[in-house]
Amino acid sequence: MASASLEQYIRERRREKDILLMTHIVLGYPSFEASIQVIDAMVENGVDLIELQIPFSEPIADGPVILHANQKALAGGSTVAQCFDVARAVCARHPIPMLFMSYYNIPFMHGIEAFARDSADAGIRGAIIPDLPHEEGAEMLEAMAGHDLDPIFIYSPNTSDARMSAIAERGRGFVYCVARKGVTGASTDFGGLDEYLGRCRAATSLPLALGFGVSNADDVAALVGKVDIAVIGSETIRVIDERGVDAVGEFVAGLR
Amino acid sequence: MPEPGYYGRFGGAFIPEILVATFDELREAFESARNDPAFWREFEEMMSTYSCRPTPITFAENLTADFGGARIFVKREDLNHTGAHKANNVMGQGLLVKRMGKTRVIAETGAGQHGVATATMAAKLGLECTIYMGEVDVARQRPNVFWMERLGATVVPVTEGSRTLKDAINEAFRDWVTNMDDTHYALGTACGPHPFPEMVSYFQSIVGQEAREQIQASAGKLPDRVYACVGGGSNALGIFSAFLEDDGVELIGVEAGGRGAGIGQHAARLGLDDATVGVAQGYKTYFLQNAEGQMQETHSVAAGLDYVGVSPILADLHEKGRVRFESATDTEVVDALSLTVRREGLIPALESSHAFAHAFKEAPQMSPDEVILINQSGRGDKDIFTVADAFDDPKWKAFIQEKAEAYRG
Repeated sequence: MASASLEQYIRERRREKDILLMTHIVLGYPSFEASIQVIDAMVENGVDLIELQIPFSEPIADGPVILHANQKALAGGSTVAQCFDVARAVCARHPIPMLFMSYYNIPFMHGIEAFARDSADAGIRGAIIPDLPHEEGAEMLEAMAGHDLDPIFIYSPNTSDARMSAIAERGRGFVYCVARKGVTGASTDFGGLDEYLGRCRAATSLPLALGFGVSNADDVAALVGKVDIAVIGSETIRVIDERGVDAVGEFVAGLR
Repeated sequence: MPEPGYYGRFGGAFIPEILVATFDELREAFESARNDPAFWREFEEMMSTYSCRPTPITFAENLTADFGGARIFVKREDLNHTGAHKANNVMGQGLLVKRMGKTRVIAETGAGQHGVATATMAAKLGLECTIYMGEVDVARQRPNVFWMERLGATVVPVTEGSRTLKDAINEAFRDWVTNMDDTHYALGTACGPHPFPEMVSYFQSIVGQEAREQIQASAGKLPDRVYACVGGGSNALGIFSAFLEDDGVELIGVEAGGRGAGIGQHAARLGLDDATVGVAQGYKTYFLQNAEGQMQETHSVAAGLDYVGVSPILADLHEKGRVRFESATDTEVVDALSLTVRREGLIPALESSHAFAHAFKEAPQMSPDEVILINQSGRGDKDIFTVADAFDDPKWKAFIQEKAEAYRG
């Protein structure tokens, strides 16, 4: 599968499924062993893409659930080097694309070129960096392009049409559409999305993913026909917190 | 031509997509206000009638004689309404909020001075107000929390991370990404994403404008050295801004040396060697972080200086060699405060006392022809609990015990 681009993978997968699932985990939360176990369960239960978040001490775009997971992973001694090790292991044993998600200081301190190189070496396919607007991202984009990593950019409901087009020129793989204002983990009303998603579709030919507040099968079903990928972020961590690592497989299986 | 929002290699706007439109709006509102001469007049009018501007400079005659070196002058930002230079920035942003037609303000606070100033501005201008404050700071600055609540603000203790200033900033951003339509985030220092460093410095430049004229009138010359404490850096930029072009004026920023060198022991980003360049809280500067980019614990006796980052404008001035950075330890700071209170009857805040502490180290080596200007950025009454602890004052302890007994009844 390494030869197909991320975008091709999504399009081919979409011929078989009416919506794809992307899940999110915080590496090292509650432990690296648990992270691997959760990723295995997600893949076994049909997840199509996974965001691997490298913990950061100041995750300003994340709500309380993911924030706590970041802090606990760091308190438990999670390092960026270990995150690369786990990424390499899960990319080697699973056929689905894995993406890194983190804040810009992580690649910046790792060395931008080294971060892109090490990500590609580990088998990572792209990265989502929510505090890196394209205006600040020239160096990162160049390094990622050099290693065939896809930069996943974000649209939000208050992104102008002109800005959506500018972002579309720089994004690859797919575009991550944030469903609403606010941070991750709060609930969302999926009823009023049509106008916004219409603007997203008009701005880019890339596949669209939608996240923020997608937490159950009803939410996923509501997105069929509207986007290509439903993103389940905080809810998986909530499941781990409330019902344990073993409950993740069943939760994911019930989403679609 | 540098990119807008950059100072050398520092600054920028590393913001989530959801806030891009809000920052565009803020930048435009600020540009339009700055280009409108009536706006600065309105600001000066507000500050002269509601606060105490122009604040005077005071000749510290006794300390000058004690040290036998340079003549020491003090810029009295402690005489502002709410007791610190914070009022300058807050009232300026308040006037901007009115221009933007927003109805609610939020702010972070460390020592509580910026929180009190923001809550005061909100009361005066009829705005709703929420203040985010680290739980650790809530515990050590209760009197300021009390006043914020009396002023009508909701004070939210932040229980995440290190539970200090940086975590309060993160929480304020989380509020803002949800409520930006009616809410302005009145960031309290010259940090954060563009245009905050520039905007906060602009409002604080009133300090330097006044001081430059006043010191020439009082001392007959420009100062040889200007000292200011540096947390985020807004009071320092306020007073330094008027002297940047004067090559003969040395500018010295004094950071929190805490318990001494070593990461975790202090909050000195530029004055000690423990910080490295990184990107967090929306901007690029020197941060106290580990090799992988995780922010580390900081320590200072002064809550208002207890912060991992520093203004990108100051980081650039440091790199260019225009501002010299030093640090003062907790002990030196409490000693300097004690001396200033006894010899001059001035009560500088613990934050401001850092500037005094370092100026006192250098003053004796200077000649009586030379002039020192210290920015007393705030007043120290708010620090009564911390200072009483530092002095281990038995009468104060007895008073608190009696008070506690009375509440128990």
